[in-house]
Amino acid sequence: MTQVFLGMPAGGLGNLVETEPFPAAAHRELGNTQMRKNLRHATHTIRDKRLRVVGELPDWEQLRDAGSAIKNSAMFNLEERLLEFEKNFTARGGVVHWARDADEANTIVRDLIRETGSTEVVKVKSMATQEIGLNEYLETQGIEAFETDLAELIVQLGHDKPSHILVPAIHKNRTEVRDIFLKEMPDVDPALTDEPAKLAEAARKHLRAKFLSAKVAISGANFALADTGTLGVVESEGNGRMCLTLPETLITVMGIEKVLPHTDDIEVMMQLLPRSSTGERMNPYTSMWTGVTEDDGPQNVHIVLLDNGRSRVLSDSFGRSALNCIRCSACMNVCPVYERTGGHAYGSTYPGPIGAILSPLMTGIEVEKNNSLPYASSLCGACFDACPVKINIPEILVHLRGEDVDSQRDKHKIPTQMDLLMKGGSWVLGKGKNMKLVEKALPLGRLAAGKNKKIKKLPGIAAGWTQSRDIPAPPAQSFRDWWSAEKESK
Amino acid sequence: MSAKDEILGRIRTALADAPQAPEVPRGYRTSSELDEEALIELLVDRLVDYKAGVDVIEESQIPQLVADKLAGASSVVTPQGLNPQWLSALPGTIARHVDAPGDRRSVAELDAISAVVTSSAVSIAESGTIILDGEPDQGRRAISLVPDHHVCIVPVSTVVQLLPEAMPRLTITRPLTWISGPSATSDIELERVEGVHGPRTLDVLLVRGM
Repeated sequence: MTQVFLGMPAGGLGNLVETEPFPAAAHRELGNTQMRKNLRHATHTIRDKRLRVVGELPDWEQLRDAGSAIKNSAMFNLEERLLEFEKNFTARGGVVHWARDADEANTIVRDLIRETGSTEVVKVKSMATQEIGLNEYLETQGIEAFETDLAELIVQLGHDKPSHILVPAIHKNRTEVRDIFLKEMPDVDPALTDEPAKLAEAARKHLRAKFLSAKVAISGANFALADTGTLGVVESEGNGRMCLTLPETLITVMGIEKVLPHTDDIEVMMQLLPRSSTGERMNPYTSMWTGVTEDDGPQNVHIVLLDNGRSRVLSDSFGRSALNCIRCSACMNVCPVYERTGGHAYGSTYPGPIGAILSPLMTGIEVEKNNSLPYASSLCGACFDACPVKINIPEILVHLRGEDVDSQRDKHKIPTQMDLLMKGGSWVLGKGKNMKLVEKALPLGRLAAGKNKKIKKLPGIAAGWTQSRDIPAPPAQSFRDWWSAEKESK
Repeated sequence: MSAKDEILGRIRTALADAPQAPEVPRGYRTSSELDEEALIELLVDRLVDYKAGVDVIEESQIPQLVADKLAGASSVVTPQGLNPQWLSALPGTIARHVDAPGDRRSVAELDAISAVVTSSAVSIAESGTIILDGEPDQGRRAISLVPDHHVCIVPVSTVVQLLPEAMPRLTITRPLTWISGPSATSDIELERVEGVHGPRTLDVLLVRGM
């Protein structure tokens, strides 16, 4: 008998949730003035670079259209594409594993490492393994994971959390990085300066022996080609090449949404991604491998295909385009909210505008404090303009705010202040007669404003509005009264 | 139920509204109008921007230029299929290693070698990208990764302007390495710095008539 799955797909586990409401987290992070300065400097640098290299391409908008359609077509036929990928990857000597959630993925990876007899692994920066909390899990299982990307290394050595998906240590400036290296790298030159080139060199020395002796590597993947079974990793430093080439065993953990239908699709994605992420015409290194190549690179090659809430995102017909995300980070680099609060305020592995939709979509809006994330935006739309695959983030934010309001209503049963306000609002604005009636209360407002003509504090939930601004006193005459007086006098 | 069956079942349920996959509009540029000189100029500009060394030369100059680039090296590794003529001007003081099937250089050996010379498969001028595909004149991925200095031969006939023009020339299932300048990072303050784990020096010899 074939089993049929019914109901809402399960939400994602792992590092996807806020543990306190965004406004509280943001308020604390805003107090970190050094971080704000660092973020402002970094996001503005990258914005300018991105605009320059995007402006060079006369067909940028056509590439965005193609990128968006490629991802949509992949998602709308996801089952077929995944099966096709599995068939091709397997035919070339790779082994495919499927993981429903973070826990299952972690266990699969642990077992694969144990089979090799190794107790340490080198890692290429990967959002998926960050999301499932793989490093922390492996540590509890007696396996040490070494991050090899410079920014991940800074975060790991600093016992810190990533705050950006591309540049996890964006909240640290060069001097702070040097201080971490001096404190945490056992073999570091005590005369190390804060020159970025010197810091990069220190990382090279620190990791060199690890690369050359590692037996097992763990990576993510930027894409998987269904028609050939090919995987690709996009990087800059060469740590990716080291991990993907030198060890005997390579384990890749990849979200199921990373599959692309056709080989030709990379001609679009590889124009969109580097320009949108680091503002470069092309990133220094991209590696592609298809299963096992005899006599070249790892001979024991695995991939873990991870759901962890992605099918849940897919089930939201309005929000599913969030799965089109190629993790370039352009949206956070242009976001006025992210620039000020930083990535930690979002709680989840995925910060910024994309995180504000992806995290609640993956877990469900009702999980922990993720319902505050869709409000972490002024809806200015800069993220939509910057998105290389045209994810309409503001529209999905508004959609999720609606979902949140609905889920709150279901929880409370009795009408909330917001419900009453909205009801009142629709009565007032629904008919001219009603509006006129309410306008008779204008003098009351003037009275409340007092001599300095400002209302400083509104009651109830409206107090949020006056928390950081005053309301000017209402005018003596309403527009409608002025208009009828104007007409009569003519 | 296996994890695979359950995930595929979830996907089926999620797509119960049967959204129609759109046609992919491929209105972006797919062919170049640049002549050979303009193409060379564009590629050189991009490579210099990445802080790679680049010389535009004739085929007959390869041995001399390779020797010039390796002047400071104590040893060099080449893939078995590299034209031996290209190393003919190297002084005897530079130790030569060949990485060949059945006679591989170990990772530790590669780490002790100062430089590598390879050919390349396809290059993209617009983005300054050189693609290696593991053919015998380029060798295993490890040899062009571990030594700190990479001298790469790029025949002009293998250069295209646009990425979409490079695609038909690639066999995607070969192990591919796309190289755009020497190893670099933007991880500190989002400013690019050259030289991390991959070769810190990249010298490109762009060869006319080849």
